[in-house]
Amino acid sequence: MSTAIVEQPNEVFAGTAGPLVKVDHLTCVFDVSRPWLERTLAGAPKQMLTAVADLSFEIARRETFALVGESGSGKSTVARMVVGLLSPTAGQVTIDGVSMSDPRLAAAREKLRRRIQMIFQDPFASLNPRWRVDRIVAEPIRAFGITRNDAEVEARVSELLKLVRLDPADGRKYPHEFSGGQRQRIAIARALSANPEFIVCDEPTSALDVSVQAQILNLMRDLQDRLGLTYLFISHNLAVVRHMATRIGVMYLGRLVEVAPARDIFAHPRHPYTRMLLDAVPDLAMAGRQRKPVDGETPNPIAPPPGCPFHPRCPFAAERCRTERPHAIVTGSVSVACHAVEEGRI
Amino acid sequence: MTEPLLSIRELRVEFPTRRGILTAVDGVSFDIAPGEVLGVVGESGAGKSLTGAAIIGLLDPPGRIAGGEVLLKGQRIDNLPPEGLRRIRGKRIGMVFQDPLTSLNPLFRIGEQLIETIQLHTGMNAAQARDRAIALLVDVGIPAAERRIDAYPYQFSGGMRQRVVLALALAADPELIIADEPTTALDVSVQAQIIALMKRLCREHNVAIMLITHDMGVIAETADRVAVMYAGRIAEIGPVRDVIGRAHHPYTQGLMGSIPTLTATAERLTQIPGSMPRLTDIPTGCAFNPRCPHVFDRCRVERPELLPAERTLAACWLYAADRRATA
Ligand SMILES: Nc1ncnc2c1ncn2[C@@H]1O[C@H](COP(=O)(O)OP(=O)(O)O)[C@@H](O)[C@H]1O
Ligand SMILES: Nc1ncnc2c1ncn2[C@@H]1O[C@H](COP(=O)(O)OP(=O)(O)O)[C@@H](O)[C@H]1O
Ligand code: SF4
Ligand code: SF4
Ligand SMILES: [Mg+2]
Ligand SMILES: [Mg+2]
Repeated sequence: MSTAIVEQPNEVFAGTAGPLVKVDHLTCVFDVSRPWLERTLAGAPKQMLTAVADLSFEIARRETFALVGESGSGKSTVARMVVGLLSPTAGQVTIDGVSMSDPRLAAAREKLRRRIQMIFQDPFASLNPRWRVDRIVAEPIRAFGITRNDAEVEARVSELLKLVRLDPADGRKYPHEFSGGQRQRIAIARALSANPEFIVCDEPTSALDVSVQAQILNLMRDLQDRLGLTYLFISHNLAVVRHMATRIGVMYLGRLVEVAPARDIFAHPRHPYTRMLLDAVPDLAMAGRQRKPVDGETPNPIAPPPGCPFHPRCPFAAERCRTERPHAIVTGSVSVACHAVEEGRI
Repeated sequence: MTEPLLSIRELRVEFPTRRGILTAVDGVSFDIAPGEVLGVVGESGAGKSLTGAAIIGLLDPPGRIAGGEVLLKGQRIDNLPPEGLRRIRGKRIGMVFQDPLTSLNPLFRIGEQLIETIQLHTGMNAAQARDRAIALLVDVGIPAAERRIDAYPYQFSGGMRQRVVLALALAADPELIIADEPTTALDVSVQAQIIALMKRLCREHNVAIMLITHDMGVIAETADRVAVMYAGRIAEIGPVRDVIGRAHHPYTQGLMGSIPTLTATAERLTQIPGSMPRLTDIPTGCAFNPRCPHVFDRCRVERPELLPAERTLAACWLYAADRRATA
């Protein structure tokens, strides 16, 4: 009986047409100035950091859309805006037709909250160390009023622990008694407990050893199949992203430079930055390979280069790239923001 | 074969604790040839860093070498007095750590730190040492080295700092560099630059590298041979292509299958059940036996030594002579 509660796929929404998640011109600017008095005394100007700039993408139901990019490219900031932990400076996120920022839709948004969950890189920081595991996992069940009957909550927690391949008896223990991989299972069980349909995963396996990572990635795929989940999957690791995603967005300095189906992007990377990233990843198949790494490092996001932000490192940069920002050009299922691609030069 | 540059024999590192003695490195043996890159790979807690620290006498007490030998060009260095070891560190063995600020003092200009190290080990005068420092910075790819030599570490990016640390490690023309997770904190594009740099330096300066990392991709790109560690022991050691492409130890096989790659097409990753044991409960016999799909009686009672398995050596009873005969 309790199995039915947990394993009921999200049929209700699966039939609805259109993407589950729509991100439109999402922008986030942080004020990183020194304190006002200090700044005034030093005569320093305000400093703004554009962490996410004009980002648009959609996520279809039951797909895994991945955001990949180097550290500081804005991935976590996008994640926080998508789940509503951070308000965008401009642009908006719409989930199942409900805008996450329209004040008139507060009631609809409240209902939506149960359907959206998040998993973080550090499972320890996200689990209350003073709570037993069963209380941690049960918390969303109670918070969203899914059931208040203690016996039902207990049955459901034990089903959830089994679902993530833990022992229901583990519910009596505290987080510190578990290894990193087991803690991430606990975090997944908690995320699933309110029967969500959309899960934002921010570097969910980046702190884990590879053999444990394999267990978690396999588990996440199984759960997606069984429960009809939609994932926004964030990682700096291209191989992990390739393994998990149906579509991939590549970020550089807060912008999406390329969005394409996973298969396409690895077979035919179009944007020069995507090409560089793919070439830089050390890969098992590459023992003894010789290659020429790209020069330079990601510039300071407070003063990004004008024009195309990648131009100082780009082997295809032309005059236009130094002054004019490239816009995303969509061809079929692929979207690329690059003058050289648009001009057919590469 | 030429005489090994570095030779580790049955190295054992222990920690006395209230609950008894923990053995974190247990009977590890390997050689590094002059100019060779030996990768040491394994999951966290496998004993990689402690092995590196033991070689250069940098174990934090109460950790101590409880057995075995470390030989540099045939000469034992594990039993040297602290003063003798300090002379070898920096001079004959350079070091690079994950965090460049372990090696760089944030309060001093990088030039001062390089010049001090060069003078300590070479007896050059200040002007000569400064010239050599600039040459080293140029060599590791610091742009405008003549000007940047007077900058402080905080004025460099993470990747540039790691280049400075490599210059520092090379300052006295060492024969060996022990690099512990040197690229782990870096983004992939910068990591690729540091890997390329290390390979070039290894070639041009004929320096051997013991490259410790948890990242098999980095090993694949960089190492000639690789030792896979598990629970303080070597599970398998051999040429990098063989260990990656034709692993023989069941743990290595599982590990390789669990790594997502840019080319594999498998829907599911190989899963090794469970996780590496804590030091307090290492199983008897083969340390991998509770997780091993091929475990048999002998594995639970007798610890396997490194046995030849095609071109690698694997610590696994599947490759014992009597078994191979029947297999
Ligand atoms: N709360 C904040 N205040 C100021 N700057 C921030 C804040 N959060 C993130 N940033 C900056 O925004 C940029 C993007 O950060 P983040 O989204 O964490 O990137 P990623 O997850 O891709 O590593 C970085 O330059 C980061 O320093
Ligand atoms: N000071 C210490 N006291 C007790 N155990 C330690 C100490 N330092 C390291 N260890 C243990 O020794 C084992 C090996 O550590 P380490 O060599 O750092 O592993 P690796 O570098 O492979 O991740 C780990 O289980 C670690 O917990
Ligand atoms: S727009 Fe120009 S600089 Fe930017 S990636 Fe394309 S070619 Fe390179
Ligand atoms: S010795 Fe036995 S348990 Fe250990 S790896 Fe070999 S077959 Fe498995
Ligand atoms: Mg992040
Ligand atoms: Mg280590």
